[in-house]
Amino acid sequence: MTWLSDQKLDRLRSIAAQSDLGSTKYTFVKELARGGMGTVYLAQDPELDRQVAIKVLNRTDASDDMRRRMIREAQIIARLEHPGIVPVHDVGILEDGRVFYAMKLVRGSRLDEYAAHEASLHDRMRKFQAVCDAVAFAHAHRVIHRDLKPQNVMIGSFGEVLVLDWGVAKILPDAPLSEADTLRLPAVESNHISVSDAATTHGTILGTRHYMSPEQASGAIDQLDERSDVYSLGAVLYFLLTNQAPVASQTAFSVDAIPRPRTVNPKVSKAAEAVCLKAMAFERSNRYLSAKELSADMDRLLDAESVAAYRENSLEKIGRWVGKNKFLVLLVLAYLLMRIFFILTSRS
Amino acid sequence: MEPDTEIGGALKKFPATNHSAIVGARSEDQQVRLRAFDTILANYWKPAYKYIRVKWQANNEDAKDLTQGFFANAFEKNHFANYDASKASFRTFLRTCLDGFIANQRKSDNRLKRGGGSNQFSLDFIAAEDEVALQSAQSDHTPEEYFHREWIRSLFAQAVNKLRQRCNESGRTVHFQLFESYDLADDDGEVKLSYASLATRFGLDATKVNNYLAATRRDFRRIVLDELRQITATDEEFRNEARALLGVDVG
Repeated sequence: MTWLSDQKLDRLRSIAAQSDLGSTKYTFVKELARGGMGTVYLAQDPELDRQVAIKVLNRTDASDDMRRRMIREAQIIARLEHPGIVPVHDVGILEDGRVFYAMKLVRGSRLDEYAAHEASLHDRMRKFQAVCDAVAFAHAHRVIHRDLKPQNVMIGSFGEVLVLDWGVAKILPDAPLSEADTLRLPAVESNHISVSDAATTHGTILGTRHYMSPEQASGAIDQLDERSDVYSLGAVLYFLLTNQAPVASQTAFSVDAIPRPRTVNPKVSKAAEAVCLKAMAFERSNRYLSAKELSADMDRLLDAESVAAYRENSLEKIGRWVGKNKFLVLLVLAYLLMRIFFILTSRS
Repeated sequence: MEPDTEIGGALKKFPATNHSAIVGARSEDQQVRLRAFDTILANYWKPAYKYIRVKWQANNEDAKDLTQGFFANAFEKNHFANYDASKASFRTFLRTCLDGFIANQRKSDNRLKRGGGSNQFSLDFIAAEDEVALQSAQSDHTPEEYFHREWIRSLFAQAVNKLRQRCNESGRTVHFQLFESYDLADDDGEVKLSYASLATRFGLDATKVNNYLAATRRDFRRIVLDELRQITATDEEFRNEARALLGVDVG
């Protein structure tokens, strides 16, 4: 009988747990990540001679909601062609009935990992703005993500920002694409896979509570719209400003218990705090209307301009203007000092 | 060019063994019961022996007798036919039976006569004892966790042996040799072999190494699931065990 050490045993378990990609053109390389819904593998595409990431549903049950959700996820991503959204190359069903889709392999680190190594708040906010832009593009296509969090954002090797995991995304009514409610895949045509939101019913809580809007946390899915994503974006910004999630507990949700960013990190400017808190306003009507609007305010914040979320007093306006025009101020100061020096020396 | 086939012939898969040994243990047919018992014994004797050594602190000779005695008693009295899948997994049931058996033996001080008993099974206790010695330093598991881990080890060892046997029978020895060299390599800290070095060693091109390994791993997965199906009583238990073992849901 073969003796298997713990290390060999774990390796064999991993091999046995691998998805059988035999019915596809892809060759399994290794497992990258495992989640509750699916597992992501590194695979080789022999035709194009490149590596891809393949997400495979953990379940084989064809009637399962998860299966529908994953097919919908692939379809949603496929329609969102944007540099900030990982492109999907292929979607289908494995021999054992599990749904899979192949997507671009992103090499880099997650936003939370990136933040752990990047001290500059300015750089973090630049990355955050890129997240807002990708989400704004999705909003323009009437798609809301519903699970925005630092773990679902990748920073690529060249600094590119990619929003991942659209597994619980929702297509809002009035989507510009006419086939929004009846998209089908050739491989599952007989199953009439619909991309409507049938998989999610009222009272169902999908997403991660740490970054979830109050309406989403309460399961009021009929109230979810772009502003729910805006809240989550605000929560992501909160994390980037303070290095901690706004809501510590996965089970309890209380907006009152969220400390202001500047009490956690005094280096955060009042304007940045105001942008964050406006995005995270409890009442949806008090938030930015869309990720685009939030992105525009972030743009102003990063360019040291006045933001919509914060009304400055005169002193703060002057301070911001000075901060923005440091070189000019220094030049003027140098000129004035020279003039004073010249006047004093000429008198004596 | 030689086609990259599944083991067992071009485009053929191993026949699925959907028979449950646990169900077979209840059969009226003596031959079916025997085969079922052999399967249960093959998968459980070693975890049982190690468990007796570790949890019950039995010396190796007592552990051998108790292992033989437990399975002989279970076979003679057809204990495994009493398993109720709605109450627990079969491995939990068997471990509970084992605990009860040993407790009774010790309580009554009615130890099995060494080498006695009506049934004696041919079991490689020396190898089992070597494994206990190898694992003696790893004592951070509860006895239950230890039994579970050893059950998994036994299941996978069975699967590896079956894979080797089937590869040899189907003339695909090179498939298994690749699997053995790459996936069953010793954990000695050396740099893992690359596909290219395997290709050189076996006189194949790297693509073929990749394809052969992929096919063999697929077959290994099927064998593991077949083995698991054999030692579970119901589809639900099979799915639960597969989920716990592999982290995936199987249909």
